[in-house]
Amino acid sequence: MSEKQLIVLTVNDAEYELLVEPRWTLLDVLRHEVGLTGTHVGCEHGVCGACTILVDGEPVRACLMYAVQAEGYEIRTVEALGTPEQPNDLQQAFSEHHGLQCGFCTPGFLMLAEGFLAQEPAPTREGIREAMSANLCRCTGYQTIVDAIEETAARRRGEASGPVAEPLDPGKETVG
Amino acid sequence: MSGDGTRSPRFDGRGGRWIGASVRRREDPRLVTGRGRFVDDIHLHGMLHAGFVRATVAHGRITGLDLGATREVEGVVAAYSAEDLQLGDMVALLDRPPEEFTPTTMPILARGKVRFVGEPVALVVAKDPYAVEDGVEAAQVSYDVLDAVVSEETALADGAPSVHEEAPGNVLLDVTSFDTPGVDEAFSVSEHGDGCMIELVTRSGRQNALPLETRGAVASWDDRDDQLLVQTCSQVPHQVRTVLARSLRLPEQAVRVVVPDMGGGFGQKCVVGREEIAVAAAAKLLRRPVKWIEDRSEALSSGFLAREQRYRTRAAFTAEGELTALDADIVCDMGAYSCYPFTVGIEPLMAAAEMPSVYRVPAYRVRARAITSNKAPTAPYRGVSRPQYVLVMERIMDLAGRRLGLDPVEIRRRNVITEFPYRGINNVTYDPGSYLESLELAERTLREEGWYELREKAAAEGRHLGIGYSCFSERTGYGSEAFAKRKMTVVPGFDVSEIRMDLTGSVVVTSGTVNHGQSHETTFAQIVAERLGVDLAKVKLRQGDTERISYGWGTFASRSVTIGGSAVATAATRLGEQLCVIAAHLLDTRPENVGLDGDGGVLQLDDPAKRLSFEEIADVAYLRSHLLPKEAEPTLTATAAFDVPGDGTFSNATHAVVAEADPGTGQVKILRYACVEDCGVVINPKVVDGQARGGIAQGIAGALFEAVTYTENGEPSAASFIDYLVPTATEIPDITVDHLETPCAFTESGAKGAGEGGTIGAPAAVLNAVNDLLWHTGVQLEETPIHPEPVLTALAAGDRQKAGTSA
Amino acid sequence: MKPAAFAYHRAHDVADAVGLLAELTGQGRDAKVLAGGQSLLPMMSFRLARPSDLVDLGRLRELPGMADLGPAGSSLRLGAMVTHRRVELAADELGPGFAVLAQAMQYVGHLPIRSRGTVAGSIVHGDATAEWCMLALLLDAVIVAEGPGGRREIPAGEMFYGFYATAVEPDEVVTEVRFTRAAPRAALTEFARRAGDFATVAAAVSLEPGPDAALRGGRVVLGGIAPAPTRIPEAEQVLAGGTPGPELFAECGRTAAEAIDPPSDAQGSADYRRALTKTLVARSLGQAWERGEGR
Repeated sequence: MSEKQLIVLTVNDAEYELLVEPRWTLLDVLRHEVGLTGTHVGCEHGVCGACTILVDGEPVRACLMYAVQAEGYEIRTVEALGTPEQPNDLQQAFSEHHGLQCGFCTPGFLMLAEGFLAQEPAPTREGIREAMSANLCRCTGYQTIVDAIEETAARRRGEASGPVAEPLDPGKETVG
Repeated sequence: MSGDGTRSPRFDGRGGRWIGASVRRREDPRLVTGRGRFVDDIHLHGMLHAGFVRATVAHGRITGLDLGATREVEGVVAAYSAEDLQLGDMVALLDRPPEEFTPTTMPILARGKVRFVGEPVALVVAKDPYAVEDGVEAAQVSYDVLDAVVSEETALADGAPSVHEEAPGNVLLDVTSFDTPGVDEAFSVSEHGDGCMIELVTRSGRQNALPLETRGAVASWDDRDDQLLVQTCSQVPHQVRTVLARSLRLPEQAVRVVVPDMGGGFGQKCVVGREEIAVAAAAKLLRRPVKWIEDRSEALSSGFLAREQRYRTRAAFTAEGELTALDADIVCDMGAYSCYPFTVGIEPLMAAAEMPSVYRVPAYRVRARAITSNKAPTAPYRGVSRPQYVLVMERIMDLAGRRLGLDPVEIRRRNVITEFPYRGINNVTYDPGSYLESLELAERTLREEGWYELREKAAAEGRHLGIGYSCFSERTGYGSEAFAKRKMTVVPGFDVSEIRMDLTGSVVVTSGTVNHGQSHETTFAQIVAERLGVDLAKVKLRQGDTERISYGWGTFASRSVTIGGSAVATAATRLGEQLCVIAAHLLDTRPENVGLDGDGGVLQLDDPAKRLSFEEIADVAYLRSHLLPKEAEPTLTATAAFDVPGDGTFSNATHAVVAEADPGTGQVKILRYACVEDCGVVINPKVVDGQARGGIAQGIAGALFEAVTYTENGEPSAASFIDYLVPTATEIPDITVDHLETPCAFTESGAKGAGEGGTIGAPAAVLNAVNDLLWHTGVQLEETPIHPEPVLTALAAGDRQKAGTSA
Repeated sequence: MKPAAFAYHRAHDVADAVGLLAELTGQGRDAKVLAGGQSLLPMMSFRLARPSDLVDLGRLRELPGMADLGPAGSSLRLGAMVTHRRVELAADELGPGFAVLAQAMQYVGHLPIRSRGTVAGSIVHGDATAEWCMLALLLDAVIVAEGPGGRREIPAGEMFYGFYATAVEPDEVVTEVRFTRAAPRAALTEFARRAGDFATVAAAVSLEPGPDAALRGGRVVLGGIAPAPTRIPEAEQVLAGGTPGPELFAECGRTAAEAIDPPSDAQGSADYRRALTKTLVARSLGQAWERGEGR
């Protein structure tokens, strides 16, 4: 065990003073010290992407950063995107397109897609597939995840109709 | 549809407001916003963390286990060996004679001997997961290393080391079935006549079902409830409770198992793990909550695996392409232990019973063996053996077609079952399906899209395109009668549901199934909403809690919508009847003169203006029960049990694949994937499409990418995602899913299971496509996963041949 | 999969980092530099690496030049903290002479890895299949390191010794990587069974047109076929004086395949690696040539 250090993290626009061991990953600290469990643990070696978050707007593996390294960055997690009552457009598109089943990989995919779309607002379908190949999903076969991102990108560019965001309203019929 | 006469026409389960609608998933709001609650999200006051000292050798006697240094590590609270915990073993049995089945036991922590790398040897509990690993690292274990059994050859060799002393020879199950008259004659006719005999040896790699959420549990002892609470991601919570109670020597009443959100299972979580038992024991001893979360390295090397099988098959055909006999020898490498409750019979017995698949097979003989080896043990994995025997049958069809000059679709057309119900040679009755129709639609799709022309055009350009099909059915919703044929001493099958309506007219319905991606919260609610005529938002499903659900077999074998869904539907119907009885009394009319109005109320049939809402009826049932009719009891609850009679119901599908191989690397790329499936009445099309696509992705994974291999010492090759190649968004293509609908006659909604079909059909279709593109080289590949190297080698040899002949 | 304990030190500038490393290594401690950490952290999670101390350079990205691309011309300077993603998105800034750097980034892990991983970190790590190590050999990179003995420049040709072994000392900090050879006709291709994985074989090449139809020469660098990325002189000789086109490129691929002695492992046998080499060298050369044609 090593000496704990006091750090300050900026997560979803809030500041947290935390006493951490240097070896604690940002992932573990976000989940267990900050209490934001939406970011999931999938592999702890940077391959599956379940822990993808945004660091200064860029998609990053939270398992490949120690919390002590993360001081001074703007950290965003899935909890910052929207709420069950007021999801953002991407979250809504994932639901509309059945882009999730068990939902374990979903926060990672959402954050990856947010980071990607911020840098590349007009990706091709193939480009989306390449970017999303960073993360693993075992349920969907990926197609509906790509559909959701493709549609969100088009909507954000104003090229597709439909509301940008509305409550998820479970049970509401979607186009079959 | 089933016409039992008790239902009014408006909720016959088809064409209604809710059944068949792609309603948005009710699971989604929490899951897309990071508000789900998975096991690792649970934090209890005073919680400790656990991890396991695991075997570093595949086969060895434990000569020393010293946890002294571990207990000295800062942050470590306790460390336990098997002797410290004194837990009862897990024993999974078949009711079969000794010449067929040898029972073995699985201790919770290894005692005396270890049988695979990663086997749990000791348990370490500490204040955080980092300290746990420090403690695990400090443990001193020494072994007297024994020779490892790592293959069929080493297991069955003369003088092979015994994985289990009680099973010298390493065969745990050896069953010869059917052996119908005429098998040998058919082969001799095919050899000497103008038909053909196909001989084929196929192998499939050892795969990990790989739920993205690893296994885990949080155990705590509650002194007020006098009860052990284990929150764990399990597909079979009641089975976990049974093993916990036995192993810890508690009455079942003192054990509660709760399943929170679960990040996939695919069968790996439908057996009882050793770790959750050990962790629960620690929590009871320490009187503090203890959490264990399997890490990915453990999940890959020590989690339950599946699918390592070898088939040696002969099939006889007439000159007209009619299959006349099938003879198969099947060996399943089940690894080190027999899983609870399914046993080592899970793979070989499935394969033996179902191998004839969608074809008319007049004569059949099969020998199926389960061997034990020094590898992580086998659990059911999505499809269980069906991806393997379907691959065999579909390869046989292609090879026989080639031999007899018949197109792959034509030879299937000549053999596929078209008249239902069909009583197979395997003593299974197949209920109606669309075997031929799915095949023809799949073919038509590829032809209309021009893939056949493209294949020829590409060949002329030196590209290598192949087309492959697989046509199969899948028994879904095994009832207790079907499972009993396996001769397990624990016979799964039925499911129960309880439904309760409250004062607001809202409904809570329970099911013994366990949702973990299959969208039960949505589809089961659709079933109830349809049956009761209430808004979907009024229906809430509860699952995965042994205190809330009296009993249930959980979710596996595509049983949820067929069995669980039928129990839920029946319970809803009974509640509807109760509502009608009360309403009739309050409306002062006969019960036959009222009906559910499809909009949250009961109306009088001869005077529809007279209507009572569910809220009004509930008000009487709870708050003014003195107004109830004599034949109605207070409160609004109903229960139902459902079991599938006979042999169950068969979903079916045809998959069609166009694949291309890169002539410079041998890499196989799937250009087109078409699935035509029939799972009876579709409750929610998007959910069924999702199950098909996700299943196909896992099938492609098995066909092209994933395998755990072992060194001769039994070291597993894959301890990370660098070595275990889970396909990503760039490897899995877009997939079209077309639906045919042959309703099931005996499930309540007419639905058949839809969870596994995708996985079952994909390896055969992909392998057939690859072998189609390789045909001109003279090389055919019969092992999965297909590595690009032999593809490249074959293509290069083919090119050389061509160059040689043209020169 | 939790790392062993270590002590954490945050460096505020290069001198600070060098001082910390000198002090720690002087005490006999196993201190390691932490830049992007995208290779180091997985190894620490598996406890395959367990340094006693990490000296974090993360703050250095705020210093002038440390996270910037230099103006491109006949050479290109990359600050040590430049990320793969920064280069990938800098196609327009790199100019034709170094465009291959941006093109090659698609092969470096995945987007989130590229967003954190650094150029210098990758080169110091010295993986046999690392794109940056191959590019360093292809474009005559000079690795600038500062240590207790001051500043020194390490030519790429003297950088990679073997399996994860490079010329940078444990007490040195790389501050910049300078690519000194512009190559408008260059390309990198690689093969992995799954997108984004470590390559089974990778080929980075460049072509130099001569005054007439014949090539002046070219370079062939391979990854995945030896413990360290390697130039293949036999293959390069085929290019000198040859007429660019599919036949020459195929011959160069064949020659490269014959010249190497690759390993066999789960990703493929030695023969398979040779076959891939043949394919990838030819494909890279084809791409490199087309690139120079303005395509």
